Amino acid sequence: MRFFFKGLAIGAVLAATAATGVRAEEPRKGGTLVSVLNTNVRNLNSAVQSGIVTGYPGAQIFASPLRYDENWEPQPYLAESWEVSEDGLSVTLNLRKTAKFHDGQPITSEDVAFSVDVIKANHPFKSMFAPVESVKTPDAHTAVLKLSRPHPALMLAMSGQLMSIIPKHIYGEGEITNVKTHPRNNKNVVGSGPFKLVEFKNGEHVILERFDDFFMDGRPYLDRIVLRIITDPAARAIAYENGELHLGAFESLPRIINRLKKVDGLTVTDEGYGGIGPLDWLAMNTTKGPLADVRVRKAIAYAVDKNFIHKALMQGTAANSTTGIHPDSPFYAEQYDYALDLEKAAELLDEAGYPMNGDKRFNLTIDFGWPDVKPQVEYVKAALGKVGIEAEIRTSADFPTWARKMATMDFDLSWDTVFNWGDPVIGVHRTYDSSNIAKGVWSNTQGYSNARVDALASMAAVELNPEKRKVLYAEYQQIIADELPVYHINTLPYHTVYSDRVGNPPLGIWATSSPLDLVYLRE
Amino acid sequence: MVAFPGVFIVRVFYAAILLLAVVVLNFSMMHLAPGDVADTIAQANGGADAEILDRIRHDYGLDQPFPVQLGRYIGNIAQGDLGYSFFYNMPVTDLILQRLPATLLLVFTAQILALVAGVVLGVISAQKPNGVASLSVTFLALFGYSAPVFWTGILLLIAFSLHIQIFPVAGMRDVTVTGGFIVQVLDILRHLVLPMVTLASVFLALYSRLTRATMLEQLRTDYVRTAYAKGLPENTVVYRHALKNALSPVVTLAGLQFSAVMSGAVLVEAVFSWPGLGTLAFQSIIARDTPTILGILFCSALVVIIGNLVTDMALRIIDPRLRKSA
Repeated sequence: MRFFFKGLAIGAVLAATAATGVRAEEPRKGGTLVSVLNTNVRNLNSAVQSGIVTGYPGAQIFASPLRYDENWEPQPYLAESWEVSEDGLSVTLNLRKTAKFHDGQPITSEDVAFSVDVIKANHPFKSMFAPVESVKTPDAHTAVLKLSRPHPALMLAMSGQLMSIIPKHIYGEGEITNVKTHPRNNKNVVGSGPFKLVEFKNGEHVILERFDDFFMDGRPYLDRIVLRIITDPAARAIAYENGELHLGAFESLPRIINRLKKVDGLTVTDEGYGGIGPLDWLAMNTTKGPLADVRVRKAIAYAVDKNFIHKALMQGTAANSTTGIHPDSPFYAEQYDYALDLEKAAELLDEAGYPMNGDKRFNLTIDFGWPDVKPQVEYVKAALGKVGIEAEIRTSADFPTWARKMATMDFDLSWDTVFNWGDPVIGVHRTYDSSNIAKGVWSNTQGYSNARVDALASMAAVELNPEKRKVLYAEYQQIIADELPVYHINTLPYHTVYSDRVGNPPLGIWATSSPLDLVYLRE
Repeated sequence: MVAFPGVFIVRVFYAAILLLAVVVLNFSMMHLAPGDVADTIAQANGGADAEILDRIRHDYGLDQPFPVQLGRYIGNIAQGDLGYSFFYNMPVTDLILQRLPATLLLVFTAQILALVAGVVLGVISAQKPNGVASLSVTFLALFGYSAPVFWTGILLLIAFSLHIQIFPVAGMRDVTVTGGFIVQVLDILRHLVLPMVTLASVFLALYSRLTRATMLEQLRTDYVRTAYAKGLPENTVVYRHALKNALSPVVTLAGLQFSAVMSGAVLVEAVFSWPGLGTLAFQSIIARDTPTILGILFCSALVVIIGNLVTDMALRIIDPRLRKSA
């Protein structure tokens, strides 16, 4: 199977080479890559701060034990090799012996143990390292993670921005929970990754410079990376077009994506977002009113034409989504697609005991948390009107207002965007676990509860065999698609934009939340 | 008549009460809105475990009753401490001082440009009120005044950054530019042109319309007729006699508009990613970062007070009658 994939990849490369007539070239060393952050960054220390904005500088400044290739295979990074014991209860990392922090101190197993402690105490995703009981350090270059139960999700959680190794000699003093507000999260940052911090000006830029003693010889290729902070998408689009920006990621406005696709000298692609796995869906509060009946939820799915959303609103930029797992993930199993069927919707509503009364069956509210998705919400309102459901759109003044409504389950329907963050254990279970109902925004805000779904999630969380995990997740996705606590609409159309000058753009599973040590800039 | 120190003390007293009201009102309004900074921190993180969010609320004192939170904040302000930004993990004073110069540069240059260009255009259109020049000025002024600044900004970007590439798209500096002091200054000026023109376009309209109106009035007065009768050249009459008298309402308006220019800067800064207080204010409001918002309001009030003082002084220089009454 793996051979087959490799063969395919080589074939693709050959085809691409033949088509463009470009020979495989030697990466050029040097140069300053000018790239962009789409919002202001609050914290550069990715051990205590998650999110795609911190992920970009975070993955340059700090190294993680592993990295992933575009086929979801783990590759050595700070750990040159690793072993998982047969019972799955201990994971040994063999660190590179030459690895150094930016201040010249060696990176040791003590730092790995300390980083895991800091992440456990501060990082917003507790599920990543929850089963890690302790980290043993038999010698300076060996770290052994001891687990209370097998935890296959650990592999993805040790890559990208999720397990940044930070220096104990800098952050080690004082309370471990205070690392999240440590003054050196934003200045004089001492990291372990391919680039070191030169300057961070809040709201203006982050300047990174090549770290000459990086643990992988000859890398990184670039001398400098300038991350400008440009929050206006229209301004960013002009900057890509006139050549001021070489590379950008997480562009999600269909109009801008389609415009940039027509520009000579730019490539616009949705490759590289499988790890982050952003999904758009219509959340349904399953605990009250007509929506408590699965037939009503199905009727809504039949009444909302996903095709219209994909073609007219997303203008062809977004992929279809049928489950809570991103289509690029190896655990994705495509599910039944509720194609538009107004008659079926009407039948189901009649059956559920909501007959047409004049021209109306019942009222619902529909929420949204940010202005970009207003067209989607307006469309859903119109679509539901056709089957006699009168939806009232509730506008929230800002994100926290909406988040509070979701967290307290004070809603009927809401548009929502949720990320997978690698393994389903980290970003998928939270939406469907009955133990996670109403635990803040992006928890199980639908109040969904199904014992079989809970059981499948706990089994998949400890299953070490990837094929068996896939089977468990297939059933998991199938039940959810059938019971519809959320109606999956499409992937969020994140796109990476890069100029012809950029070689090896970051198109792996973590987009720009991965080290850019192989990226180079042509003359 | 009250003696000068007396007036001064009363003014300071009023200012202090006003600032206290600003702090209490804004703090209360921020508190009334559902949700808090922990929610926006969760958003920046792409989600967060409930336990972690509770800890954040506890660490920032957000789980305390409202009067305790307010009292603590006022206590800190009284000691000259603007507090610590929840969202950016740094002292608010540092954050603001990092951003203030950019905003001052933008606001003052835009205000000066609007004032100078507005007055010149106003005078030109007053000289021949029904001529082509006058109509063009009126058209330009009304266009600038009625177009939303962010739209004007994007249009200028498309014209001068994309089609004719003379000005950069965003930011205040090009960090890849290396060179001495002069090179750096020129680089900042190059970045300044579009945001400055965008912000000035709104106020230019106001000033040119007002100048035109007051000039028309002045040009009809007896002293102007006398000046013409003395045989003075037209330019001397218009600029040295009439304009001097027409200016004081314009300068008064400019002073009153100062706070409007500051708030206009919020939108312009957002379009051009100008790293000033406006962008910070906007982001802090969205992030529910109460200490930063209140700190910015405090500083803006200060800047507006200084702006008004400068206007006052300018009026005294222009109009000798005011000097006597002082």
